[in-house]
Amino acid sequence: MAATSTQARPAGVPAPETDGGPLTFAKALNAALADEMAADPAVVVFGEDVGPLGGVFRITDGLTARFGTDRCFDTPLAESGIMGMAVGMAMNGLRPVVEMQFDAFAYPAFEQVVSHAAKMSNRTRGKVKLPLVIRIPYAGGIGGVEHHCDSSESYYAHTPGLTVVAPATVADAYSLLRAAVRLNDPVVFLEPKKLYWAKETVDLPALRRAADDAVRTGTEAAGGIGTAAVARSGTDATLIAYGPSVSTALAAAAAAEAEGRSLEVIDLRSIVPYDDASVDASVRRTGRAVVIAEAPGFASVASEIAARVQERCFHSLAAPVLRVTGFDVPYPAPKLEHWFLPGVDRILEAVDELQWDEGDAGDEGAVETETRAEAGGPR
Amino acid sequence: MTISPGRPPQAAPSSNGVPDAASGAAVQNLLPSDTPVQLIDANGTASVHPSYLLPAGDALLDAYAQLVTGRRINDQANALVRQGRMAVYPSSHGQEACQVAAAAVLRDQDWLFPTYRDSVAVMSRGVDPLQVLTLLRGDWHSGYDPYEHRVAPQATPLATQLLHAVGVAHAAKLKGEDTVVLALCGDGATSEGDFHEALNFAAVFHLPVVFFIQNNQYAISVPLRNQSVAPSLAHKAVGYGMPGERVDGNDVAALLAVLGAAVERAREGGGPALVEAHTYRMQPHTNADDATRYRTAEEVQDWVPRDPLARTRTYLRGLGLLDDARETELAADAEAVAAAMRDGLNADVVPDPQELFEHVYTRRTPQLAEQARLLRSELDRG
Ligand SMILES: Cc1ncc(C[n+]2csc(CCOP(=O)(O)OP(=O)(O)O)c2C)c(N)n1
Repeated sequence: MAATSTQARPAGVPAPETDGGPLTFAKALNAALADEMAADPAVVVFGEDVGPLGGVFRITDGLTARFGTDRCFDTPLAESGIMGMAVGMAMNGLRPVVEMQFDAFAYPAFEQVVSHAAKMSNRTRGKVKLPLVIRIPYAGGIGGVEHHCDSSESYYAHTPGLTVVAPATVADAYSLLRAAVRLNDPVVFLEPKKLYWAKETVDLPALRRAADDAVRTGTEAAGGIGTAAVARSGTDATLIAYGPSVSTALAAAAAAEAEGRSLEVIDLRSIVPYDDASVDASVRRTGRAVVIAEAPGFASVASEIAARVQERCFHSLAAPVLRVTGFDVPYPAPKLEHWFLPGVDRILEAVDELQWDEGDAGDEGAVETETRAEAGGPR
Repeated sequence: MTISPGRPPQAAPSSNGVPDAASGAAVQNLLPSDTPVQLIDANGTASVHPSYLLPAGDALLDAYAQLVTGRRINDQANALVRQGRMAVYPSSHGQEACQVAAAAVLRDQDWLFPTYRDSVAVMSRGVDPLQVLTLLRGDWHSGYDPYEHRVAPQATPLATQLLHAVGVAHAAKLKGEDTVVLALCGDGATSEGDFHEALNFAAVFHLPVVFFIQNNQYAISVPLRNQSVAPSLAHKAVGYGMPGERVDGNDVAALLAVLGAAVERAREGGGPALVEAHTYRMQPHTNADDATRYRTAEEVQDWVPRDPLARTRTYLRGLGLLDDARETELAADAEAVAAAMRDGLNADVVPDPQELFEHVYTRRTPQLAEQARLLRSELDRG
């Protein structure tokens, strides 16, 4: 909407990024929030330290100065309070976007998220819609101390009624967040912390025009929620990843190419809704798949994806679908996290195990799979 | 402290909207009165209170009619559980004065946030009893449109709805709406974190919310003394910088006066308040509960003479506003409500299984569409 560019801005308040050129993931999120707030006066942003400080990661930088303390404000330190208040505000016509300061600090709000935000529409037979976004800086790889690096997507993805989004690129950070704010359902928006400072050259004005068009035409879900993207095309095997793992998968695919193997990388973008169609199409073409995620693998989103692919693409598969995930341990201390995180080498090893020797794949593959199962745990 | 009508906000809000309540006098102003406010005693005798006016006879007669209906609804619902028409019913028998007053003090534009025990309050606000009881008969979690009468769905998890009430009030304030929110909870719920977060948020953001605790002395089997050792639950308010008041929860006149004052104070920009009603749950927690395991018959009997209906009746008869003929009429009206409830509940409702997949997301995910097809084919096979 034109409001973004025409609205008067108080002196000293930085304009949101508008020109092309390198943009950080954090700035893209910031621009998305500013643009949604400009487009719709019902959008309000709140949480801990999101006001004058602009959030500990500065994602809400400048929003209070530009939109005032009614639109972007600090709350008392109480996650359940933040979440529960957001439910009530959404009931009464606003579109709250709340920030949970770090993944593991969202757990006090868990009850409000899963029992109330997720269910309100269902329990009222659709009478009450809850358009709200729960932004969570999430996952590891930044050397954080405990409780600052959890991958909590499986808890949310397991809860019907929640849309769960995890962008992996700067462009998607912008587009998916704007789409999330416009969605008439509660969205858990997972922001991979290690990507906050990643820079890409993106055509923000073009993205902004597309998002503004979606605002004007009322297309709430424009921007890619529910559709996976092919982050890199390939022919030999499919790597399925989302959020922080997409860049690792891309690095693995680049390394594999040097070894003469062509890997396709699928970036899910949203975990719920999950895009079976895109994943299936890729796996049916390549015949092999590895799922990559940072979270502990047991009973995880990665497990779900592996099971689905196995069920749906069985006859196209040349090998079992493998998972490369975090170990089933609490998120480790910074000096150990690189052992925990699924890295390029672990991904390539898994790819190597996808029964490439067509001649005797059957038997050897079976033995190998068993050995891995005996060894126990995720890869 | 008193939440009397016309009392100005306790202090000018500071720049962030938070009243400055640091002085000793300000603290005194937040404290509840020494004994629960009572305007009509158990004998039906009215007394003059220094801070609260006795409601007019007409208003009390209206309230009495609601009390009679409320009692009849509780009895009918218990009977329907015994007949297997509802899975369970948390009765508010003995607490009807709280239920009736909670609805009566609100205007159309206000919101009520009830719990599972507050069915009578929801019905008093105008929601069709049948729609209220879908929660308990098992065909849908909330059978009414919350926007129609501005009544939130009845909350089952304790204290969570208090935060939703705060959110509705906060949105109303930002949108410039003239809306007060009345949020109900029990004594046990005051121990939950969400209770404290809700009070604090409402106070910090200076919101028009009245928190109303029905202290019926037990949380299932746990007595108040195991729940809290605060001087009273109303005293908790002072810690958040809002006034607290306690009131005889079996005296509908006192409830109308105290809750009415708190609601009007909130409407005038005075901010949130906490009201604790002292009452008693005369029946078990639900039909599944065995109350003899944790309380004596004598204790229950002690509360019988304090019944909210009896004292209102005596008072109104004394005034000449109520006689045998009017009582017969009121009983007949209540009977009609009960009969409609009974007939509605006796009609078998078969929910459409396909509704399982409705209202989970605004747009069905491909996975849900697939599961809906699966169920459809199961149904088609018969
Ligand atoms: C969060 C939560 N924990 C436990 C329960 C189970 N439960 C249902 S009612 C109840 C007692 C509530 O007591 P109180 O708040 O005094 O309300 P009352 O039932 O007396 O009206 C409990 C423990 C629940 N509903 N929610």
